Amino acid sequence: MKEKTFRLFDHTADLGVEIFGGSREELFVHAALAVVELTTDPERIDPVLERRFSVEGLDLNDLFVNYLREVLYLVNGDGFLIREVTVEMEDSCRLRAKLRGEPFTPGKHRINKEIKAVTYHQVSVEKTAKGWKGRVIFDV
Amino acid sequence: MSELRMERLDDFRWQIPRQGNMRVPGIIYASERLMRSMGKDESPKQVANVAHLPGIVQYSLAMPDMHWGYGFPIGGVAAFDMQEGIISPGGVGYDINCGCRLMTTRLTLQEIRPRLKDLVTALFQNVPSGVGSTGPIKLKGKEEKKVLTDGARWAVENGYGTTEDLDHTEEGGTLDGADPDMVSTRAMERGREQLGTLGSGNHFLEIEVVEEIFDPAAAAGFGLEKGQIAVMLHSGSRGLGHQVCDDYLARMVKHIGDLGVELPDRQLACAYLNSSRGKEYLAAMACAANYAWANRQMLMHWTRETFEKTLGMGSNAVGMRLLYDICHNIAKIETLPVDGKDQTLCVHRKGATRALPAGHPLVPLAYRHVGQPVLIPGDMGSGSYVLAGTDKALEETFGSSCHGAGRVMSRSQATKSSRGRSITRDMADRGVIVMASGRGTLQEEIPEAYKNLDWVVDVVHRAGIAKKVARLRALGCIKG
Repeated sequence: MKEKTFRLFDHTADLGVEIFGGSREELFVHAALAVVELTTDPERIDPVLERRFSVEGLDLNDLFVNYLREVLYLVNGDGFLIREVTVEMEDSCRLRAKLRGEPFTPGKHRINKEIKAVTYHQVSVEKTAKGWKGRVIFDV
Repeated sequence: MSELRMERLDDFRWQIPRQGNMRVPGIIYASERLMRSMGKDESPKQVANVAHLPGIVQYSLAMPDMHWGYGFPIGGVAAFDMQEGIISPGGVGYDINCGCRLMTTRLTLQEIRPRLKDLVTALFQNVPSGVGSTGPIKLKGKEEKKVLTDGARWAVENGYGTTEDLDHTEEGGTLDGADPDMVSTRAMERGREQLGTLGSGNHFLEIEVVEEIFDPAAAAGFGLEKGQIAVMLHSGSRGLGHQVCDDYLARMVKHIGDLGVELPDRQLACAYLNSSRGKEYLAAMACAANYAWANRQMLMHWTRETFEKTLGMGSNAVGMRLLYDICHNIAKIETLPVDGKDQTLCVHRKGATRALPAGHPLVPLAYRHVGQPVLIPGDMGSGSYVLAGTDKALEETFGSSCHGAGRVMSRSQATKSSRGRSITRDMADRGVIVMASGRGTLQEEIPEAYKNLDWVVDVVHRAGIAKKVARLRALGCIKG
């Protein structure tokens, strides 16, 4: 069985998500895909178009928030559903992301849940014995 | 800060004494039974965190519907000095000017009971709702800017409602100081197609009946009587408001070092009120607030139309009148008494409402002898309360009160505990017709996920920061 790349944790009003990855890059990739999986069925997204963005942060936690902020804008603001992601990290404060997917098409895609924003509250990215773990609370 | 110290002040107030770097104490309004569940999450700590912010005046407050938010607790109220204080986008919330409006009618339960299902179905068809829903209007650049500067007034000028509606809207439905140039292209884009949509999550439109009157004189003043049909609407500034909050939060975090103080949580990122960043946020926030008022004004207009058409009655016979529109995610510049002396403050109400007393100049003329209407919606299907603001609120809580029942269960807990149940059928058994756009919304919004609304309102009433006027029972509900 495929190992779980993320799990939900309880937050009274919103949605807490814990994400795992073998490396920092993989953690960031899994985080973007978790956002998509919580929003819609990823199997129905064809990776036909490409988007790229670069993002900066004050530190790794801030970079994680700013990165997820860009991912959310693509999904919610632009209606671009993401199927594949690659992340290149320059350091803890800078990364470049390449995302493949397609525009939201009513009839083909169904939005199950709207993740409205990413918050800084208790956000963390840390190294664990098994790899990397990220923790974030989304406004839903 | 290690273990948070808390002490009981009286039957309905708990104090978090100054500790660590707190600048003022925290005060939570709650009864013992509410405190039992509140103490379990991180919200008391968030009350203490807000007390760290520069320029905070008197205390960091929380209303009895308090629950764990991010940065500020939901149900938090904090006022800041205009010279030394700050403005915090996180302290307003993502859904800027999320709020409620209550419309009364001339209809009685007897009259509409046989048509209730038709009404709910027609509302579900005519009022755009659900995730990512778009409205029938696509705003052009110039027109969108007019919405941002004029708010509900724009809606009325464009045929959605009457000027009388504006008289019964907080701030007349237009917050001053809105500058669309302070709103990002992204936010403008997100706002273009979403005007006139309910949204998703806990937003709703509910047909209710006035079930109980607690204060006959005040109820008469508000035009409420037992057995009367009313409609409660809960919505906000949609994607535009979220984007404004997010844009400014990002900017304020980027310059967090300029503050000269350490913050316990980055979500509390803020700017001094007298700084250019602070002023720019206020001007952008006002735009989002105005968007929300235009939005609710349009939603109300379609509700009116739907009632008239479905029931085959004229507008006089239906008599749908706006009782009041109140916001519960906002920062306002208000002049309020502090230790008996008036002071101009920036009051953050995050999941809290304004509750001004009788005689206050900001209370609509029609209600000035009663006090400002305070609208408190409950969980799905339980109905709502109408309260009136009091002098004590002005003295103790910067003229503020609670905004709802407040969640007690996380969304995933609620979904788990409702597995295998038909929520629509459960609600029907309780006499409430429910229709929802989103998969899973009903599961997340089950009544047990919220605190007991009666308990919350009881605290507010007995603590004297708003007084009970009427309780309404739900009959039919549309969820996003």
